[in-house]
Amino acid sequence: MAPRPGFVLEVDGSTPPILFHHGEGFRLEKLPAGRSRVIYPAEPLPGLKDPDGAIRHALEHPIDSEPLSALLFAGMKLTIAFDDISLPLPPMRRPDIRQRIIEAVLDTAAAAGVDDVEIIAALALHRRMTEAELRHAVGDRVYDAFAPSGKLYNHDAEDPEGMVILGTTPHGEDVQMNRRAAESDLLVYVNINLVSMDGGWKSTATGLSGYTALRHHHNVKTMQASKSFMDQHRSELHSSNWRMGKVIRQSGPKIFQIETTVNNNSFGTSGPLAFLQKREWEWSTKDRASFVAMQAGLKAMPSSARRKVFSSWEAPYELTSVQCGDVESVHKVTTEHVYRQHLVPVQGQTDILTMGLPYICPYNVNSIMNPILVMCLGLGYFFNLYRGRPLVREGGVLIMSHPTPWEFHPVHHPSYIDFFDQVLSDTTDPIEIEQRYEKSFAEDEWYRHLYRTSYAYHGVHPFYMWYWGSHALQHLGRVIVVGGDPRAVRRLGFMSASTLNDALEMASDVVGRHPTITHYHNPPVLMADVS
Amino acid sequence: MIPEALAGKRLFITGSTGFLGTALVERLLREVPDAELTLLIRPGRRASAAQRARRELFRNDAFDRLRADRGAKEFEAELDRRVSVVGGDVSVDGLGLDEAGRAALAAADIVIHSAAAVSFDSPIDAAVEINLLGPSRIATVLNELGVAPHYIAVSTCYVAGSRRGNALEEPVDASPFYVDVNWRAEVAGARRARADADAQSRSAELLKRFRKDARTELGAAGGPLLAAKTEQLRQRWVDDRLIEAGRTRAASVGFPDAYAFTKALAEVALAETHGAVPTTIVRPSIIESALAEPVPGWIRGFRMAEPVIISYARGLLRDFPGVPEGVVDVIPVDLVVAAIVAVAAAEARDPRPDPTVAPPVFQVASGSANPLRYRRLVDLVSNWFSEHPLYDTMGQPIKVPQWSFPGRGRVEGQLRRTLKVVTKAENALNALPLRGRQAELAANLEEKRELAERAAGYVELYGKYAECEAIYGVGRLLELWEGLEPGDRQRFCFDPRVIAWDDYVRDVHLPSVVRNARVRTSPGPRGGETRTERLRRQVLHPDRHFAAFDLENTLIASNVVASYAWLASRHLEGRDRLRFVARTMAEGPSLLRLDMADRSDFLRYFYRRYKDAPVDELRIDSAEMLSELILTRSFPAALRRVREHRRIGHRTVLITGALDFVIEPLRPLFDDVVAAEMTVSAGRYTGELTGAPPTGESRAQALFDYAAEHGFDPAEAVAYADSTSDLPMLEAVGFPVAVNPETRLAALARKRGWLVEQFDRSPGFRHSLLPLAPPAPASAGTKSSPRT
Repeated sequence: MAPRPGFVLEVDGSTPPILFHHGEGFRLEKLPAGRSRVIYPAEPLPGLKDPDGAIRHALEHPIDSEPLSALLFAGMKLTIAFDDISLPLPPMRRPDIRQRIIEAVLDTAAAAGVDDVEIIAALALHRRMTEAELRHAVGDRVYDAFAPSGKLYNHDAEDPEGMVILGTTPHGEDVQMNRRAAESDLLVYVNINLVSMDGGWKSTATGLSGYTALRHHHNVKTMQASKSFMDQHRSELHSSNWRMGKVIRQSGPKIFQIETTVNNNSFGTSGPLAFLQKREWEWSTKDRASFVAMQAGLKAMPSSARRKVFSSWEAPYELTSVQCGDVESVHKVTTEHVYRQHLVPVQGQTDILTMGLPYICPYNVNSIMNPILVMCLGLGYFFNLYRGRPLVREGGVLIMSHPTPWEFHPVHHPSYIDFFDQVLSDTTDPIEIEQRYEKSFAEDEWYRHLYRTSYAYHGVHPFYMWYWGSHALQHLGRVIVVGGDPRAVRRLGFMSASTLNDALEMASDVVGRHPTITHYHNPPVLMADVS
Repeated sequence: MIPEALAGKRLFITGSTGFLGTALVERLLREVPDAELTLLIRPGRRASAAQRARRELFRNDAFDRLRADRGAKEFEAELDRRVSVVGGDVSVDGLGLDEAGRAALAAADIVIHSAAAVSFDSPIDAAVEINLLGPSRIATVLNELGVAPHYIAVSTCYVAGSRRGNALEEPVDASPFYVDVNWRAEVAGARRARADADAQSRSAELLKRFRKDARTELGAAGGPLLAAKTEQLRQRWVDDRLIEAGRTRAASVGFPDAYAFTKALAEVALAETHGAVPTTIVRPSIIESALAEPVPGWIRGFRMAEPVIISYARGLLRDFPGVPEGVVDVIPVDLVVAAIVAVAAAEARDPRPDPTVAPPVFQVASGSANPLRYRRLVDLVSNWFSEHPLYDTMGQPIKVPQWSFPGRGRVEGQLRRTLKVVTKAENALNALPLRGRQAELAANLEEKRELAERAAGYVELYGKYAECEAIYGVGRLLELWEGLEPGDRQRFCFDPRVIAWDDYVRDVHLPSVVRNARVRTSPGPRGGETRTERLRRQVLHPDRHFAAFDLENTLIASNVVASYAWLASRHLEGRDRLRFVARTMAEGPSLLRLDMADRSDFLRYFYRRYKDAPVDELRIDSAEMLSELILTRSFPAALRRVREHRRIGHRTVLITGALDFVIEPLRPLFDDVVAAEMTVSAGRYTGELTGAPPTGESRAQALFDYAAEHGFDPAEAVAYADSTSDLPMLEAVGFPVAVNPETRLAALARKRGWLVEQFDRSPGFRHSLLPLAPPAPASAGTKSSPRT
């Protein structure tokens, strides 16, 4: 049977309670009948039968480009850059797509007699990847062949010797790139396109760049003008990256872009978490039993153990497409594949949007989802997963469910801790935050040191998280967090409710007594096409 | 008229920095414009007599009125013109005067001796030297100099001793109740008591005990500090012996305490020694805040009734002994001053008294002419605090207890029991290895014990005065009063009958006591800056020069054992790892003991296990350890504080006993680092340190060296540390900060008013008890993601 497309369920009296993700746990919530609807994602698309074959075929049949083998020659300088730990979510089972592609590229390069090859994790201002994470992404064979000699490494945007300015866009934006990548004869970029924001020029113009360039589009003005940043035709973030792409095309290295898409099979069609991807009324007795058992088990665990359980989950994603060649041409095709899996048509906006936030977002893989990341996941990512109009009307209410603990990873998120303690205790207004605090965090020597030598996100990163939510902050009339730590929620500038019913009550003075409610159902991820 | 009588006269005054002396100098300057003053002041350890006069006398708010009347400039000019200061000390023979001082004394027309050890529980020898011998010493010097100015010695009504009934203005030994005591024998006895107690305190047994107590109080604070503390405890022990000796000796001959006893003997002695010097004795009763001059309620110091009243208002004195119908003989300070001035003027005008008979006595007291009953006083105080309660730290009003006037024994018993319970609880808590907030609780308990101790002390010291039923006659005083001209009466009022007790207690004295006691008098959360905020502001003030930081438990919750375990286990596998864990755990307790005994010995001993460790490998492993161990255990707020100091422009320095390669990755956090270093031989560590590790006193030395090197003043420095072993460093700076202090340090910090910061680990991140490294990658020596 072909996978069923996503659809919108109108809630009536017979609708069972709906599953809400709630960090490292779940809630089952009964939505008011008659005025609520639930948006369900499509079922996973079938994966390519022979991924390795598909990859090799794509390398030799690129779009608007010569085949990879024709671009390689002995004595050349070849750099392979790949998407970092933030993709895909959750991390996928071995072998990772990146491993498959890099191995294929290396085979082709070896055949062409290329011996100057370096492999870079294109992490921009994210934290460095650990050895285990790198091994997972590129495979042991590649790791052992390149890492010990220093040919496989993390991008370092704060290395004064390691970065170059390629030029300036007509808008005055600096274009900055990793020196090795910029000075290569060919830059092969290996991408995983999980959501429609990823890929295209963002891979190189952002992934291999640094603060000097990123500040031109990672800012409040750009984010508020991107409606949404997931819709590349209405995203100022994309426009800026594409402008930078033009400069890279003129003054940068030749780029061979390899983009891939995966289906949305995050939690498997069988196994302990399979029920997460099912529609509630289709749960089997076994699903119900495993849900009850899991809830009881999670309740008994301390938060660190729960975190461990969830972060050890690896998704059985399957490759649905791979295409390579010219950046812009490739990305058009890629986007179509992403939309094929993610887009769900939705009629009209709603007064209240509800969502359950999971335990993971791009910035806490093997880490802690701190309150700032909760804000970013809800107001940044989920809110912006729309095309056309936001799911919730202007002035409407967003209700999200997450425990929002006052917890931080001391190694990964040091500047987040200070941002939370110092900046948010002062103001939550993105513009004020940007004007008064960004520079001092971005240029802080200690954060720089930790970003470069430890495993810390860059000092400016929590600001980007806040900017990511700035469009939603501007659009929404109120944000309510269900089941969160009230102190942390208040620090974020939101309201805290202990149950969904309380939250709906609290929403009523913004949207009236009989609001329409839409629930954004996940996992897996979906994108609402709102008309 | 008094001012005219004293015009052109030169008055030589002792005790001018005291309560009575300050008021006397002020009044003379203000109301007797043509008299000149010579002040005898004991030079301080750091300040000369003249400096002390300026700081401790003329800066007192008693002079605010005069300064405002005259204008600041004219006031200064007047001081220059009319006041001269000589250095000297009434507790040594010859008064410690130099030639100029002797000349100044010889030139005096009137000498007023008001210096005394007013504390009721001075060591007996101190009381003897100052109170008993002081007045005679002055008389002796005057006789030696061959001069005969009018000599007024200030004594106390309580020389009459513990007795009931009338006590008249007559020589002490004229009283039928006086037990004849040889004052010279008392002097010799007191001096011998000092020598005996001192000798006893040096016995091996006691010295051991002092040392043990010092260690209990300070912990492993290092040799010099422990030595200083031990010596301090020894001296305190000797003093305690002598206080006890004074109290029992005084009681044995019918005096409430050593103060009254030595004052009484002083009068007897003076009768013998005043020789050709015409002498008058003025005896005030309990001197309290001013009725009107220089301003109503003026008071200096926190004296006798004040602490009792405040303790009562804070609900600490559940009960207090006293005879409800008895008389509390209180006299406002300005009345005493006026009486002294009047005596000086009267005698200056009249022919001088006969030097061969006992000096005449004036008593300045209220009990006979205008008695204040104890019950009335207690009611007034109780009602006033019911209307104007003090507030506790939560902003709640404190309810004052109702006193039932029990006997002293019962109150003392009750307080002893409280003290016993609190002390027991405190000892139990002190035995626990507490830190941070729990440690603060223990410190709270210590504060409670001290309050209970203080309350017990008040009852013991002052209870006798509430039970005293002597009535002090003021016949001669009132005779002097009757003889005054109306103008003098207005300006120099000393008639005790003018005091309206209700008004005085309610509107003058209690508001003044509360004002001076720095207690909370308003409800609700304290507005404005809290103490912590104020201290933090001082610590982060741009004027500070530099900030020094300890590492362990100040910036990170880790220690040298943890980092060693991590580094050592990084290259161990399988069974070796298990064996290592077992061994390290087994060693734990003995290591801890060694660490608590002497930090520096511990480090030397412990670091020996780095012998033969490869330097290069440790450097690489330490870089990994930053992320794997150090940062996971760091206090984010502490790291933020370091950077805050740098942002303000303070230089920052890490001073730690940890090894240099361990803290190497933390270097960018600081401007400078002082750490322990090991010698290297052929690319391997030898396990021996290059010098003394910066711990204990050598940490303080490191701080001094650092300050000297950069031209900084330690008094303008900030230091952060967590334990009493860091006391030398904390004491070395002007702005110490106790971070997550253990119980002892928490108590010390509270006592000394140091800033206490609670820095926590990042919440939500858990780690194992014994920090083991994940096994190093097979290709050892390669970083997971090396950089070019």
